[in-house]
Amino acid sequence: MTLVATANSSSEGRALREREATVRRFALTDLIFRSVAKGSAILVLLILSGVAVSLVVGAWPALSKFGPAFIGTESWNPVTENFGALAPIYGTVVTSAIAILIAVPIGIGIAIFLTELCPRPLRRPIAIAVELLAGIPSIIYGIWGLFVFAPFLQRTVQPFVISVFHDVPVLNSLFAGPPYGIGMLTSALILAIMVLPFITSITKDVFDTVPAVLKESAYGVGCTTWEVMRRIVIPYTRVGIMGGVMLGLGRALGETMAVTFVIGNAHRVSASLFAPGTTISATIANEFTEADGEIYTSSLIALGLILFVMTFIILAAARYMLMRIERRAGA
Amino acid sequence: MSAASSLYSRRKARNSVMMTLCVVAAGIGLAWLALILGALLWKGLAGLNLAVFTEMTPPPGEAGGLLNAIAGSVAMTVIAVVVGTPVGILAGTYMAEYGRFSKITVVVRFINDILLSAPSIIIGLFIYELMVRPMGHFSALAGAVALAMLVIPVVVRTTEDMLNLVPNALREAGTAIGAPRWIVIRSVAYRAALSGIVTGILLAVARISGETAPLLFTALNNQFWSGNLNAPMASLPVTIFQFALSPYEEWQQLAWTGALIITFTVLGLSIFARSLTGRRI
Repeated sequence: MTLVATANSSSEGRALREREATVRRFALTDLIFRSVAKGSAILVLLILSGVAVSLVVGAWPALSKFGPAFIGTESWNPVTENFGALAPIYGTVVTSAIAILIAVPIGIGIAIFLTELCPRPLRRPIAIAVELLAGIPSIIYGIWGLFVFAPFLQRTVQPFVISVFHDVPVLNSLFAGPPYGIGMLTSALILAIMVLPFITSITKDVFDTVPAVLKESAYGVGCTTWEVMRRIVIPYTRVGIMGGVMLGLGRALGETMAVTFVIGNAHRVSASLFAPGTTISATIANEFTEADGEIYTSSLIALGLILFVMTFIILAAARYMLMRIERRAGA
Repeated sequence: MSAASSLYSRRKARNSVMMTLCVVAAGIGLAWLALILGALLWKGLAGLNLAVFTEMTPPPGEAGGLLNAIAGSVAMTVIAVVVGTPVGILAGTYMAEYGRFSKITVVVRFINDILLSAPSIIIGLFIYELMVRPMGHFSALAGAVALAMLVIPVVVRTTEDMLNLVPNALREAGTAIGAPRWIVIRSVAYRAALSGIVTGILLAVARISGETAPLLFTALNNQFWSGNLNAPMASLPVTIFQFALSPYEEWQQLAWTGALIITFTVLGLSIFARSLTGRRI
């Protein structure tokens, strides 16, 4: 063996060197590929921090001029350059809250229908149809809301509601006329349709994580389908459903185009849900390109910063809750 | 006995009521979809003709088409995908392959999920501060970069999910014959996850082709044909926004037709993308 090896030492040495070179080349390429991949992953982090930094920088002139009072001021006057965020914040919170109140029961209802009642061959088509609602671009909801939905509300629903609640205290200020068609409630209804698919699909997914044996034992002691859902499935998946709802809320808070079409863009805080109002995103979309003067632009970016902080907190909470239920499903 | 039977029938009645409500809820969801698509077809088809695809956007009160808006949308979408996809795939690759168990992956996944649902108008503001303000003018390039910011999280998410589904035995087989990690990833993992990764890219295209908010103050709009990436460029969603809110009937009709084109492109893309994997993403 040794003899042969010595005899071929020159050619074998070359082969060995070539081999070493190849291995080194491989190691180098691997290192490069790995670093580029890691760099891209870090870039994702940088995007989010870049968003935060650029918003703070852009909002600084307005924030330093108005201080914390910016959040509590209703006035929005480009002529005197006096800006406050109260009306957009109010509009954003109220429309999103109503949207969630409407969408959650319907979304959970559809999820129950899909997991318990629907004939198996229809499940996938119906689930896809509901998810298509999420695929429709938001500007389509806007144009549909403005030309189809708002006139319908103005002609039929709003006059009826106003006349019914005319003499009821509290409710008559909540539903005070005139019926414009567009306004806070119209926006909330359209937002409800838009977040419905998110709530439905997550609720359906977390319903599927319930161990079959839990449901079977409930059926075994004689529970009805509703009792199984109400007492077993929903309590078991509560955290996941909350996560889905928060995700929907995050979407509703930041939704721009659909709301811009139908909210009416009026900077005031009004008790009536039929009155036109504005949201943070609608204000930015409507006014940003026309804003002249540093303080005006900066105030709009400050609105964006407030929206960013609100959605970040909501979405982070949503993801945290969904992670918890995923971990449990995986365990 | 009668008390027990009345309790029993009450529970049964309650069950039927709640289950009926669930069916009604599903009906509501499907009805909205039908109402919206119906209105789109009704109003949009009326204005759909060849001129829409061959003529420029008209001045108020005249007939015309959407050619420059469609071309602008396609151009910015292509650039956004070309810029955003490699970053997304590489980041997803790191998370699923090299750093599957590292801390940074957990953080990136968390942040990426937030970016995935972050309001797109915020991305518009970000790119305005990052590109439009330093450059001093609106540009198609800024619009494309804003769209790329929306492509990245979608592609990261699907790439990571799809690579995680690739069986480890395949990777081990590659490593066993002496292939280095990056060759295993390129020739084994990517190939196994190809249809899923393509699905992610298609979903990203579907997502950005309807986006309006991030383009409003990055690419702005343009009444004319423009091939200049350094100047404002028209896009279908922004044109729809402008035309729909105008008082001119011709413009409103073009807005509806444009809305029809966008919606069916987007829905077609997302159905096609889903059918590629056969699995819901």
